[in-house]
Amino acid sequence: MAVNKSRGSATNIKLQEIVRTCGVESVWDREDAQTPHCGFGELGLCCKNCNLGPCRIEPFEGEPCYGVCGADKDVISARNLARHAAAGSACHSDHGREIVHTLKMIGEGKAPSYQIKDEQKLRDLAKELGIEPAGKSKEELSRLVAQKFLEDYGRQDGEIAFLKRAPQKQQDIWHKLRIVPTGIDRTVVEIMTRTNMGVDNDYRNILLSAMKVGISDGWGGSMIATEVTDVIFGAPKAQRAKVNLGVLKHDEVNIIIHGHVPLLSDVIVTAAQEPDMIALAKQEGAEGISVAGICCTANEVLVRRGIAVAGNFLQQELAIATGAVEAMVVDLQCIMPGLTKVAACFHTKMISTLPKARFPGMEHIEFQEEKALEIAKRIVEIAVRNFKNRDKARVNIPKDTMDLVAGFSAENIFYYLGGKYRATYRPLNDAIMSGRLRGVAGVVGCDNPKLMSGGSHIEMVKELLKHDVLVVQTGCSALACAKEGLLVPEAAFKYAGKGLQEVCAAVGIPPVLHLGSCVDNSRILIACCNMVKEGGIGNGLDELPVAGAAPEWMSEKAIAIGWYVVASGVFTVFGSPLPVLGSKNVTDFLTREIEEVVGGKWAFEADPKKAAHLMIEHINKKRVALKLRPMMYETSGNSMEEKKIV
Amino acid sequence: MSNALKDKKKVVAKGLKILCDVKKCVACKTCELSCAVEHSKSKDLSAAVSEFPLPKKRRKVLASLNKALSVACQHCKDAPCVAACMSGAMHKDESGATIQDKNKCVGCWMCIMVCPFGAIDRRIEEKIAVKCDLCPDRDDYACVTTCPSGALFAGTVDEFKKKIKKV
Repeated sequence: MAVNKSRGSATNIKLQEIVRTCGVESVWDREDAQTPHCGFGELGLCCKNCNLGPCRIEPFEGEPCYGVCGADKDVISARNLARHAAAGSACHSDHGREIVHTLKMIGEGKAPSYQIKDEQKLRDLAKELGIEPAGKSKEELSRLVAQKFLEDYGRQDGEIAFLKRAPQKQQDIWHKLRIVPTGIDRTVVEIMTRTNMGVDNDYRNILLSAMKVGISDGWGGSMIATEVTDVIFGAPKAQRAKVNLGVLKHDEVNIIIHGHVPLLSDVIVTAAQEPDMIALAKQEGAEGISVAGICCTANEVLVRRGIAVAGNFLQQELAIATGAVEAMVVDLQCIMPGLTKVAACFHTKMISTLPKARFPGMEHIEFQEEKALEIAKRIVEIAVRNFKNRDKARVNIPKDTMDLVAGFSAENIFYYLGGKYRATYRPLNDAIMSGRLRGVAGVVGCDNPKLMSGGSHIEMVKELLKHDVLVVQTGCSALACAKEGLLVPEAAFKYAGKGLQEVCAAVGIPPVLHLGSCVDNSRILIACCNMVKEGGIGNGLDELPVAGAAPEWMSEKAIAIGWYVVASGVFTVFGSPLPVLGSKNVTDFLTREIEEVVGGKWAFEADPKKAAHLMIEHINKKRVALKLRPMMYETSGNSMEEKKIV
Repeated sequence: MSNALKDKKKVVAKGLKILCDVKKCVACKTCELSCAVEHSKSKDLSAAVSEFPLPKKRRKVLASLNKALSVACQHCKDAPCVAACMSGAMHKDESGATIQDKNKCVGCWMCIMVCPFGAIDRRIEEKIAVKCDLCPDRDDYACVTTCPSGALFAGTVDEFKKKIKKV
């Protein structure tokens, strides 16, 4: 697909230049050097699952049409896609497991740095899992709830607990297709089995198992991660904060937390606020200590503690190039191995913290739940002591910052929508039914130098807002739009259509709601379930006037997310295509056939405006099917079909 | 475009050939793909895979003496295909390149029979022969530009010999 490539904002480009003058490449330079990317890989036509090969299939007219074992385009691309989904699902679910493990340790009194900040949620979860909360202490409940969740990971019979949260219609579909996950880990193992040489060779069957591994992520691992994180660190609350590299401070020690799991980042925020640490910073000549985040761990502390965000995925190297970062602390996922090369040109100390994710060139300080605060203080101290090494002449902190409001969740969203006296989803459903709102779109995912380096999110969301679509976001996508100023209530007057403007003005919410990190996409599923429960806009997730998109997806995790969203009945647009275009059958299955069985399907469109219109058309189609009123302020042309209904 | 790619601008020289350094070729077949894409309607990989008729590559990666080798028309000085062509479709242009006039080709396949490199293929839908046309639509050569290992080279045989000796 021919696409517009962009290196991001002027500030980004300036910092890229600084990286280059150090004799080091940034992600954009490496992307250039890798262009054109391997065509067989792009099309999903290379297979290295066994040593008969590696094999690749000719996508055009000519030989070879089969791998050595006889696998054709369909099998090979389906197998590859399933493995990607399994890896993505594994990442999210393992993240969830870490959090559950901490919950268990809190219950056992082994993790003194953590508390149960949301006891009510713990009690609600216990009840949902069939544990009677009455008369039990929060420690006992923590142990029991953690045990139940850990069972979900290793379950050999039955089904994962949160599946029951889905509308009955979706559950029935999944049972009929036999894609109900038993255990979270087991579905990943199953994909590895199926895709091994000579096991599953029916592309449809393989793709169904990919759907299953997706469900085990969205309705399993990710959902568990979100819920238990809320229990330990408190449920998000809407709050104002700042975003972009301008949040770095000239006169303070800057610590950047980067990665995904909030276990360490949250404690580092606490450690950096300790009086003895601040005193030490002053002693070292700094005014204080400032913590800012990158990627999803940033989102975790943003939505709960209002901590500023330095940037999203692509800005990780640029943050170091400001010359003002004393330490960057990383956990796992989305951490570029290239970071250490950039850090070597500056005074920045790179610190890795997890045994699962080590990087040559980084100092490794292993994180342990038992001594979390102690370790966090050690890390903060390293940063503080590094302040004197900052070369003031090389500091280039850009001025760019932007306000954002973040911290919406499936639970608190209706407080904002309905107000104190009418805290339900009714106002949202009513606004959709009356044609004030067209529907809801989830725009999520990574930013990618192959495309517009975050620009696609902005263009897509603006187009959706213009057409009265309320947008919910997570992850780096939310941050990309936040930097553009789309995540403040005032944005409604600038970008939203009249109907959406009225809703935002009445409730005082931004037109774009930030729901958290990328595991928090499960919040979107729950919000959709609540919309179904509230009634009036369909009996299943597949009937709702909603759509999803990941315009600049990069990680395998995005593939897992895409699968559970599609499996849950939602139309989903990806910017660059999944690596399956080499097989007509697989492409057709994903973009057409699958809709007949689960209600959702994939589409691939790199042009963000066109992609937004695919979503709008889909939402219109659903509105027609639900016989909803025509859009209140539709001028003309856009919804001829809707008008016919009236 | 990265610096590495910028260096691969089109060289038009008398006696030009596209040659493959067998020490560098890793048999990834990127040259095959980019050749087919360059000769597609859309000139875009994702779109080209669903075109009808499918585009056809004019370059093949072969195994020779346990080494991989990317081969296409060598634009021979005394080209057998030109001699064998009964319709005058296959001819030499002023630079010495072997060029085929599609409108004259009658699909007798004699050129295929006589080509010592197996570098000519058939386009059944149009009943014409197809071969390397030195990318008339672009200012470099698709296969040379996209070769990730730097095995493909455009120039004269002497220049190529000098280049591989240097390494």
